[in-house]
Amino acid sequence: MTDKIKKASHHPNQNEGLIFEKSSPGKRAFELPPLDVPLADPSKALGASHRHKGIEGFPEVSEIEVIRHFTRLSTWNYAIDLGMYPLGSCTMKYNPRVNEFVARLDGIATEHPYQPQELSQGCFKILRLLEQCLLEITGMDSVTLQPAAGAQGELTGLLLIRAYHEKNGNPRKKVLIPDSAHGTNPATAVIAGYEVENIKSESHGQIDVAKLRDLVTPDVAALMITNPSTLGIFEERIPEIAEILHAKGALLYMDGANMNALTGITRPGDLGVDVMHLNLHKTFSTPHGGGGPGAGPVAMKKILEPFRPVPILVEKENGRLALEQVRPDSIGRVKAFNGNFGVLVRALAYILAYGPGVRQATEDAVLNANYIRKHLEGAFDLPYSLPSMHEVVFSDALQKKNGVNTMDIAKRLIDYGFHPYTTAFPLIVPGALMIEPTESESREECDLFIDAMRSIANEAATTPELVKTAPHTTRVRRLDEVGAARKPILRWKPQASRTGAAD
Amino acid sequence: MAYPANYRYTKEHEWVDVKGDVAAIGITDYAQHELGDVVFVELPKVGAKIEAGKTFGTVESVKAVSDIYAPASGEVVEANGDLQNTPEKINSDPHGAGWLIKIRLANPAEIKALMDTAAYEAYIASQSKEASA
Amino acid sequence: MRYLPKSPAERQDMLAAIGVKSIDELFSSIPERFRLREALHLPGPLSETEVIDFFKARAAENSGGYSSFLGAGVYNHHRSVVTDAIIQRGEFLTSYTPYQAEIAQGTLQAIFEFQTLMCQLTGQEVANASMYDGSTATTEAVLMAERLTGRRRILVARSLHPEYRDVLKTYAKNSGLQVEEIGYGAAGTLDQKALQAALKDDVAAVVVQSPNFFGVIEPLTPLADAAHSSGALLVTAITEGVSLGLVHPPAEADIVAMEAQSFGLAPSFGGPFAGVIASRDKFVRQMPGRLTGQTTDSEGRRGFVLTLATREQHIRREKATSNICTNQALCALAATVHLTLLGKEGLREMAHQNLSKAQFALAELEKVPGVRRAFDAPFFNEFTLQLPRSVKLVNAYLLREKIIGPFVLGTAYPELTKHALVCVTETTPRAEIERFAAALRKALEQTV
Repeated sequence: MTDKIKKASHHPNQNEGLIFEKSSPGKRAFELPPLDVPLADPSKALGASHRHKGIEGFPEVSEIEVIRHFTRLSTWNYAIDLGMYPLGSCTMKYNPRVNEFVARLDGIATEHPYQPQELSQGCFKILRLLEQCLLEITGMDSVTLQPAAGAQGELTGLLLIRAYHEKNGNPRKKVLIPDSAHGTNPATAVIAGYEVENIKSESHGQIDVAKLRDLVTPDVAALMITNPSTLGIFEERIPEIAEILHAKGALLYMDGANMNALTGITRPGDLGVDVMHLNLHKTFSTPHGGGGPGAGPVAMKKILEPFRPVPILVEKENGRLALEQVRPDSIGRVKAFNGNFGVLVRALAYILAYGPGVRQATEDAVLNANYIRKHLEGAFDLPYSLPSMHEVVFSDALQKKNGVNTMDIAKRLIDYGFHPYTTAFPLIVPGALMIEPTESESREECDLFIDAMRSIANEAATTPELVKTAPHTTRVRRLDEVGAARKPILRWKPQASRTGAAD
Repeated sequence: MAYPANYRYTKEHEWVDVKGDVAAIGITDYAQHELGDVVFVELPKVGAKIEAGKTFGTVESVKAVSDIYAPASGEVVEANGDLQNTPEKINSDPHGAGWLIKIRLANPAEIKALMDTAAYEAYIASQSKEASA
Repeated sequence: MRYLPKSPAERQDMLAAIGVKSIDELFSSIPERFRLREALHLPGPLSETEVIDFFKARAAENSGGYSSFLGAGVYNHHRSVVTDAIIQRGEFLTSYTPYQAEIAQGTLQAIFEFQTLMCQLTGQEVANASMYDGSTATTEAVLMAERLTGRRRILVARSLHPEYRDVLKTYAKNSGLQVEEIGYGAAGTLDQKALQAALKDDVAAVVVQSPNFFGVIEPLTPLADAAHSSGALLVTAITEGVSLGLVHPPAEADIVAMEAQSFGLAPSFGGPFAGVIASRDKFVRQMPGRLTGQTTDSEGRRGFVLTLATREQHIRREKATSNICTNQALCALAATVHLTLLGKEGLREMAHQNLSKAQFALAELEKVPGVRRAFDAPFFNEFTLQLPRSVKLVNAYLLREKIIGPFVLGTAYPELTKHALVCVTETTPRAEIERFAAALRKALEQTV
């Protein structure tokens, strides 16, 4: 563990227990300004609903303890601000700080969704401009900014499709989904009331067009495609695929998770896509924040516009913008209020910073992925050899010979100062290593990553045990996930939860 | 681990142990090995009817869920309550203490169609060959 | 471009290393005719200063300088600057979902603390790591009740937030759920007779909000008893979490769906917020959303991991408990920090201030001729007033006085033609409450 690892090294790192373990009655952090009205009697006001005692076990700590507690915790995390996340399909790009600043402005963060529309014109202009930008980027006719995440966008898209088919007299029964798809696709189809029919990829990992021709019957409502595929490969025959579907009255849904390979280069609307979602927390730089929030706008062709979820932004005769809450054919509301507005603000700030030059980001993303692919070919097995776009998928076939699998390699990568790539996915590549660097990585960071991966490949061949027992340098070693699932401990309880050495 | 001689086996890696008209059912050592550490089992209630070839429950590891297929049709007369607290029995003793359910066979002749020990051992040998090919 | 760490020379070197002459070659898999010839027509590029100026200009076109008496599911509360100081740290802001536990212990421990706080607040045994918001959490709670009971009928209080009911309808349409509404009584609470009449052994859940949309607190014990005696589950939605500082937690509910916006999240024109589902341990395997569990590593140290993942979409796919993947993690973290800062006494005090301000406001407003309170059940920080004339007209007058008046209940409840939902929190200054009362008096004196 010496100079062959260039990106990371050791440094003392603070321990910290649970906030409940530091609590002591009488300690307080935030103090409220004094009350300027008479104190009400809660027993009188609330009667039997009055909770007499304070909440048991609730933290009681001072402000400095709160700052130290969470600061210490934060230092245990990896983050984009520290280095590359080569996570395929996640597009972990830089989260610009100006986005955080503008989202917090007085007059933006402070606005109530039910305030008078004439006092919300600034917010509406933000929504409107974002809508227009997303339409330009996707080549679609209409868009909704309501869905809170990609999965909710997928559901919205499928509900639009269902509403369309219902209007034409028959909702249809099935949705076709490639076996390479992200798990949210089949999960969502079921919630939308459709049966899932899996379509096996052909030998290059693409949609099997001949098979598709057979599978598209009048029972099929739509095909859900990801383009580029989850292998990072462009579905060249997508226009043909669209035609096959349209000929049978079915629609083409595109999972837009991989838009980082297409923005400014081509437009899904031009390729025959009828409806798609975007992941603003992927392609459009809004921060992941440890798991969310995101936003999943859905862009669609004219035929689906009447079914858009409410509320819908419209321009009145006097030029004023307004939100309409009622539309006769709308699928209804998918979320309360106005989508994840704060996330939408951040995405717009990102788009404005780039302007028409956003194509450069896409080009750099594809450049980085191909640069990495070139330097890792040979060290790792490449199951599909078609050109990669913004991500590349290797497999652990070469390392498996020594009993080292993709999970082990991923864990060893941690010792080299990186977050692992995506291991569990796509399902069609057993032992997958899905790598997406994004455009935010410098050549230096890419080279460090390549060196690390080549070194690990070498270790897998010469000292496999080192890889199999990784990581070695983290605060905690591999955690017992089996125990966690067998006997779940999902909350702190007084006295009960001390197992092992408390940190 | 040895595969008991008097058991019968399915292609989906379940075993059956028939005593009279009651059959005990479980998953084989091969299956538990593929699955990894079992964390949870979902079994039908006593009185439920299961149908040959259809799923009757699931076995879960941390990262995967496996459907369990009924080797034969019948009515559930007992479910292994121990597995609630100690699902690991499926890993340590898949052919014994790791049994899942016992059913009263609706059609005992169905058992004849299942593989015997020799056939099952040959079957899993061919599966392993394919996997490493 | 400042977000791209490459110089033109570096790009050239990298292309050469790959073995291509230009970047266009790397896009050769896209058919020529679909490749854009010219740049997208997008506004910009803007420098950092220009980006800020753009949004400042938009901010100036909003509601600056007005006081507000709006609640209705989104509440103004004091927020400490410490919260942002924490959640703006790059290690929290820019980190990924904690699937790789060894390098995400910060996020995982914070989620574990969040789950604990949510249980403590709601009186439930287990809570998840967040849903998108209260409306989708309520919907998912209903779907959870459907899975648990195997039944299809849902009885929903009309006093559940109108938009929450709309979201439930959208999801229910395609899952074969039958949603029926149960009305409210004179006190503003759920009509228990109507509920009894509708309860049969085909009901999966009774859904009620407390404090409800009219601001009144629902007595949950009789509702839980009624639901349980039919084998149905009680789902309780909470839109104003600060109420739990003084109001009994919904411990008798089987599933709680709470909106956490009141815990340190800015109103932000409606989002992002954070929903939570809390329930009994025995129902955990049917709970949607991520869960963090405590465990040990190979050397005996305590650590945290995402657990019970087999419920989720990335493993179960079609049979998942939900399709949710991205949640509201950073918002949940903000809520965790906020609640930790307030602490036991602080939350109680904040709730007490809300109660006191609302009681004061009601007293002042009832002094205005023609104004009286509708519904007489206990309330927390929102109450319904009945006015002698249209609330819309009154609000138009108030707006000229730079006051954003109460929510017009008639828009969601056609029978409540002259009713207004007033919200007062600890942030509403006494002087503004008095000014509102004075302006209301003037508004009602105006001839039509």
